[in-house]
Amino acid sequence: MSVRHSGLRHWRLQRATALGLLPLSLWFVLSLILLPDLSRQSVLNWLASGWAAAAMALMLILLAWHSALGVQVVIEDYVPMKSGRRFALWLSHLAHAAFVLMALLALAAVFRSGAA
Amino acid sequence: MARRPLSPHLFIYRFAYTMSLSILHRITGLALAAGLPVLALWLVAVASSDAAYARLNGGFTGVLLKVLLAGWLAAFVYHLANGIRHLLWDAGVGLERAEARRSAVIVIAATVLITAVLAYFLFMVRGS
Repeated sequence: MSVRHSGLRHWRLQRATALGLLPLSLWFVLSLILLPDLSRQSVLNWLASGWAAAAMALMLILLAWHSALGVQVVIEDYVPMKSGRRFALWLSHLAHAAFVLMALLALAAVFRSGAA
Repeated sequence: MARRPLSPHLFIYRFAYTMSLSILHRITGLALAAGLPVLALWLVAVASSDAAYARLNGGFTGVLLKVLLAGWLAAFVYHLANGIRHLLWDAGVGLERAEARRSAVIVIAATVLITAVLAYFLFMVRGS
Protein backbone atom coordinates (compact mmCIF):
# COMPACT_ATOMS: atom_id res chain seq x y z
CA MET A 1 0.00 0.00 0.00
CA SER A 2 1.43 3.36 -0.97
CA VAL A 3 2.17 6.05 1.58
CA ARG A 4 -0.67 8.28 0.41
CA HIS A 5 -3.04 5.36 0.16
CA SER A 6 -2.87 4.32 3.83
CA GLY A 7 -3.59 7.87 5.04
CA LEU A 8 -6.55 8.15 2.70
CA ARG A 9 -7.96 4.83 3.86
CA HIS A 10 -7.70 5.94 7.49
CA TRP A 11 -9.42 9.25 6.65
CA ARG A 12 -12.28 7.50 4.83
CA LEU A 13 -12.81 4.91 7.57
CA GLN A 14 -12.90 7.63 10.23
CA ARG A 15 -15.65 9.46 8.29
CA ALA A 16 -17.58 6.29 7.43
CA THR A 17 -17.65 5.12 11.07
CA ALA A 18 -18.63 8.66 12.13
CA LEU A 19 -21.58 8.65 9.74
CA GLY A 20 -22.73 5.28 11.06
CA LEU A 21 -22.38 6.39 14.67
CA LEU A 22 -24.44 9.53 14.08
CA PRO A 23 -27.80 7.70 14.30
CA LEU A 24 -26.60 4.68 16.32
CA SER A 25 -24.96 6.57 19.19
CA LEU A 26 -27.95 8.91 19.43
CA TRP A 27 -30.24 5.88 19.57
CA PHE A 28 -28.09 4.36 22.33
CA VAL A 29 -28.01 7.47 24.53
CA LEU A 30 -31.71 8.24 24.02
CA SER A 31 -32.64 4.61 24.73
CA LEU A 32 -30.73 4.70 28.02
CA ILE A 33 -32.48 7.92 29.00
CA LEU A 34 -35.90 6.60 27.97
CA LEU A 35 -35.58 3.29 29.87
CA PRO A 36 -37.89 3.27 32.91
CA ASP A 37 -34.74 3.03 35.08
CA LEU A 38 -31.18 1.75 34.85
CA SER A 39 -31.83 -1.45 36.81
CA ARG A 40 -30.38 -4.69 35.43
CA GLN A 41 -33.87 -6.01 34.63
CA SER A 42 -34.74 -2.93 32.53
CA VAL A 43 -31.52 -3.30 30.53
CA LEU A 44 -32.14 -7.05 30.07
CA ASN A 45 -35.66 -6.42 28.78
CA TRP A 46 -34.41 -3.75 26.42
CA LEU A 47 -31.59 -5.87 24.91
CA ALA A 48 -33.75 -9.00 24.67
CA SER A 49 -35.33 -7.52 21.54
CA GLY A 50 -33.54 -8.57 18.35
CA TRP A 51 -33.57 -5.08 16.92
CA ALA A 52 -32.03 -3.50 19.98
CA ALA A 53 -29.36 -6.20 20.26
CA ALA A 54 -28.47 -5.89 16.55
CA ALA A 55 -28.28 -2.08 16.73
CA MET A 56 -26.21 -2.35 19.90
CA ALA A 57 -23.78 -4.83 18.29
CA LEU A 58 -23.35 -2.60 15.24
CA MET A 59 -22.87 0.45 17.45
CA LEU A 60 -20.24 -1.32 19.57
CA ILE A 61 -18.24 -2.32 16.49
CA LEU A 62 -18.39 1.16 14.91
CA LEU A 63 -17.69 2.82 18.27
CA ALA A 64 -14.55 0.76 18.96
CA TRP A 65 -13.38 1.17 15.37
CA HIS A 66 -13.93 4.96 15.34
CA SER A 67 -12.29 5.23 18.76
CA ALA A 68 -9.24 3.20 17.67
CA LEU A 69 -8.83 5.40 14.57
CA GLY A 70 -9.14 8.58 16.63
CA VAL A 71 -6.74 7.49 19.38
CA GLN A 72 -4.30 6.45 16.64
CA VAL A 73 -4.28 10.01 15.27
CA VAL A 74 -3.63 11.46 18.71
CA ILE A 75 -0.78 8.99 19.36
CA GLU A 76 0.80 9.71 15.97
CA ASP A 77 0.62 13.45 16.59
CA TYR A 78 1.97 13.52 20.14
CA VAL A 79 4.06 10.39 20.78
CA PRO A 80 7.45 10.61 19.02
CA MET A 81 8.85 7.47 17.41
CA LYS A 82 11.66 7.40 19.98
CA SER A 83 9.20 7.41 22.89
CA GLY A 84 7.58 4.20 21.73
CA ARG A 85 4.90 5.30 19.29
CA ARG A 86 4.74 1.80 17.82
CA PHE A 87 4.17 0.26 21.23
CA ALA A 88 1.50 2.84 22.13
CA LEU A 89 -0.35 2.13 18.87
CA TRP A 90 -0.13 -1.62 19.42
CA LEU A 91 -1.40 -1.27 22.99
CA SER A 92 -4.31 0.95 21.91
CA HIS A 93 -5.39 -1.41 19.15
CA LEU A 94 -5.11 -4.42 21.45
CA ALA A 95 -7.18 -2.71 24.16
CA HIS A 96 -9.86 -1.64 21.68
CA ALA A 97 -10.09 -5.17 20.25
CA ALA A 98 -10.25 -6.75 23.71
CA PHE A 99 -12.96 -4.43 25.01
CA VAL A 100 -15.19 -4.67 21.94
CA LEU A 101 -14.88 -8.47 22.00
CA MET A 102 -15.78 -8.48 25.70
CA ALA A 103 -18.78 -6.23 25.06
CA LEU A 104 -20.03 -8.29 22.11
CA LEU A 105 -19.74 -11.60 24.01
CA ALA A 106 -21.64 -10.09 26.94
CA LEU A 107 -24.29 -8.74 24.57
CA ALA A 108 -24.69 -12.18 22.97
CA ALA A 109 -25.14 -13.75 26.41
CA VAL A 110 -27.73 -11.11 27.35
CA PHE A 111 -29.64 -11.64 24.12
CA ARG A 112 -29.62 -15.44 24.47
CA SER A 113 -30.84 -15.33 28.07
CA GLY A 114 -33.53 -12.80 27.15
CA ALA A 115 -34.76 -14.76 24.14
CA ALA A 116 -34.89 -18.05 26.10
CA MET B 1 0.80 2.92 10.49
CA ALA B 2 -0.69 5.85 8.62
CA ARG B 3 1.97 8.04 7.02
CA ARG B 4 -0.05 11.18 6.79
CA PRO B 5 0.87 14.80 7.45
CA LEU B 6 0.88 15.23 11.22
CA SER B 7 -1.20 17.87 12.97
CA PRO B 8 0.09 21.46 12.96
CA HIS B 9 2.09 22.22 16.08
CA LEU B 10 -0.02 24.10 18.55
CA PHE B 11 2.18 27.05 19.37
CA ILE B 12 3.17 28.14 15.87
CA TYR B 13 -0.15 29.67 14.85
CA ARG B 14 -1.74 32.83 16.27
CA PHE B 15 -4.53 31.72 18.57
CA ALA B 16 -8.10 31.95 17.31
CA TYR B 17 -11.01 30.82 19.47
CA THR B 18 -12.12 28.36 16.81
CA MET B 19 -8.92 26.43 17.60
CA SER B 20 -10.19 25.61 21.08
CA LEU B 21 -13.12 23.75 19.50
CA SER B 22 -10.68 21.61 17.57
CA ILE B 23 -8.70 20.81 20.71
CA LEU B 24 -11.92 20.14 22.61
CA HIS B 25 -12.94 17.68 19.87
CA ARG B 26 -9.83 15.64 20.65
CA ILE B 27 -10.26 15.88 24.41
CA THR B 28 -13.91 14.81 24.30
CA GLY B 29 -12.97 12.04 21.83
CA LEU B 30 -10.40 10.68 24.28
CA ALA B 31 -12.87 10.97 27.17
CA LEU B 32 -15.41 8.98 25.18
CA ALA B 33 -12.74 6.40 24.28
CA ALA B 34 -12.16 5.98 28.01
CA GLY B 35 -15.87 5.16 28.27
CA LEU B 36 -15.48 2.07 26.06
CA PRO B 37 -14.04 -0.17 28.81
CA VAL B 38 -16.76 1.06 31.16
CA LEU B 39 -19.42 0.25 28.58
CA ALA B 40 -17.89 -3.22 28.11
CA LEU B 41 -17.75 -3.88 31.87
CA TRP B 42 -21.32 -2.66 32.23
CA LEU B 43 -22.53 -5.13 29.59
CA VAL B 44 -20.56 -7.94 31.25
CA ALA B 45 -22.24 -7.07 34.56
CA VAL B 46 -25.66 -7.05 32.88
CA ALA B 47 -24.91 -10.48 31.42
CA SER B 48 -23.56 -11.90 34.69
CA SER B 49 -25.85 -11.46 37.68
CA ASP B 50 -27.73 -9.03 39.90
CA ALA B 51 -24.82 -9.17 42.34
CA ALA B 52 -22.24 -8.27 39.68
CA TYR B 53 -24.46 -5.42 38.46
CA ALA B 54 -24.91 -4.08 41.98
CA ARG B 55 -21.14 -4.35 42.58
CA LEU B 56 -20.38 -2.33 39.44
CA ASN B 57 -22.90 0.34 40.40
CA GLY B 58 -21.55 0.30 43.95
CA GLY B 59 -18.12 1.19 42.59
CA PHE B 60 -19.53 4.57 41.69
CA THR B 61 -21.19 6.12 44.67
CA GLY B 62 -24.03 8.52 43.94
CA VAL B 63 -22.35 11.85 43.30
CA LEU B 64 -19.32 10.45 41.47
CA LEU B 65 -21.59 8.43 39.18
CA LYS B 66 -23.67 11.51 38.40
CA VAL B 67 -20.62 13.64 37.65
CA LEU B 68 -19.20 10.94 35.37
CA LEU B 69 -22.50 10.43 33.55
CA ALA B 70 -23.01 14.19 33.12
CA GLY B 71 -19.42 14.56 31.87
CA TRP B 72 -19.77 11.75 29.35
CA LEU B 73 -23.14 13.12 28.26
CA ALA B 74 -21.65 16.58 27.62
CA ALA B 75 -18.60 15.09 25.86
CA PHE B 76 -20.89 12.96 23.69
CA VAL B 77 -23.17 15.84 22.69
CA TYR B 78 -20.20 18.10 21.92
CA HIS B 79 -18.31 15.47 19.93
CA LEU B 80 -21.49 14.67 17.97
CA ALA B 81 -22.32 18.32 17.22
CA ASN B 82 -18.77 19.30 16.32
CA GLY B 83 -18.41 16.01 14.40
CA ILE B 84 -21.34 17.05 12.19
CA ARG B 85 -19.49 20.35 11.63
CA HIS B 86 -16.40 18.41 10.56
CA LEU B 87 -18.40 16.18 8.22
CA LEU B 88 -19.94 19.26 6.61
CA TRP B 89 -16.46 20.72 6.12
CA ASP B 90 -15.40 17.45 4.48
CA ALA B 91 -18.32 17.92 2.10
CA GLY B 92 -17.02 21.43 1.35
CA VAL B 93 -19.73 23.26 3.30
CA GLY B 94 -19.04 26.18 5.65
CA LEU B 95 -15.30 26.57 5.12
CA GLU B 96 -15.25 30.38 4.95
CA ARG B 97 -13.81 32.02 8.03
CA ALA B 98 -17.05 33.80 9.00
CA GLU B 99 -19.05 30.59 8.50
CA ALA B 100 -16.62 28.56 10.61
CA ARG B 101 -16.94 31.13 13.40
CA ARG B 102 -20.72 31.09 13.22
CA SER B 103 -20.85 27.27 13.24
CA ALA B 104 -18.53 27.29 16.27
CA VAL B 105 -21.05 29.38 18.18
CA ILE B 106 -23.88 27.12 17.04
CA VAL B 107 -22.00 24.00 18.22
CA ILE B 108 -21.33 25.47 21.67
CA ALA B 109 -24.91 26.72 22.07
CA ALA B 110 -26.35 23.39 20.87
CA THR B 111 -24.08 21.45 23.23
CA VAL B 112 -25.14 23.48 26.27
CA LEU B 113 -28.82 23.34 25.37
CA ILE B 114 -29.03 19.65 24.39
CA THR B 115 -26.86 18.51 27.32
CA ALA B 116 -29.07 20.47 29.71
CA VAL B 117 -32.26 18.93 28.30
CA LEU B 118 -30.87 15.37 28.35
CA ALA B 119 -29.39 15.80 31.84
CA TYR B 120 -32.75 17.14 33.03
CA PHE B 121 -34.49 13.97 31.84
CA LEU B 122 -31.74 11.72 33.16
CA PHE B 123 -31.43 13.21 36.64
CA MET B 124 -34.62 15.16 37.34
CA VAL B 125 -37.46 13.41 35.53
CA ARG B 126 -36.29 9.83 36.02
CA GLY B 127 -33.84 10.48 38.81
CA SER B 128 -31.14 7.93 38.03
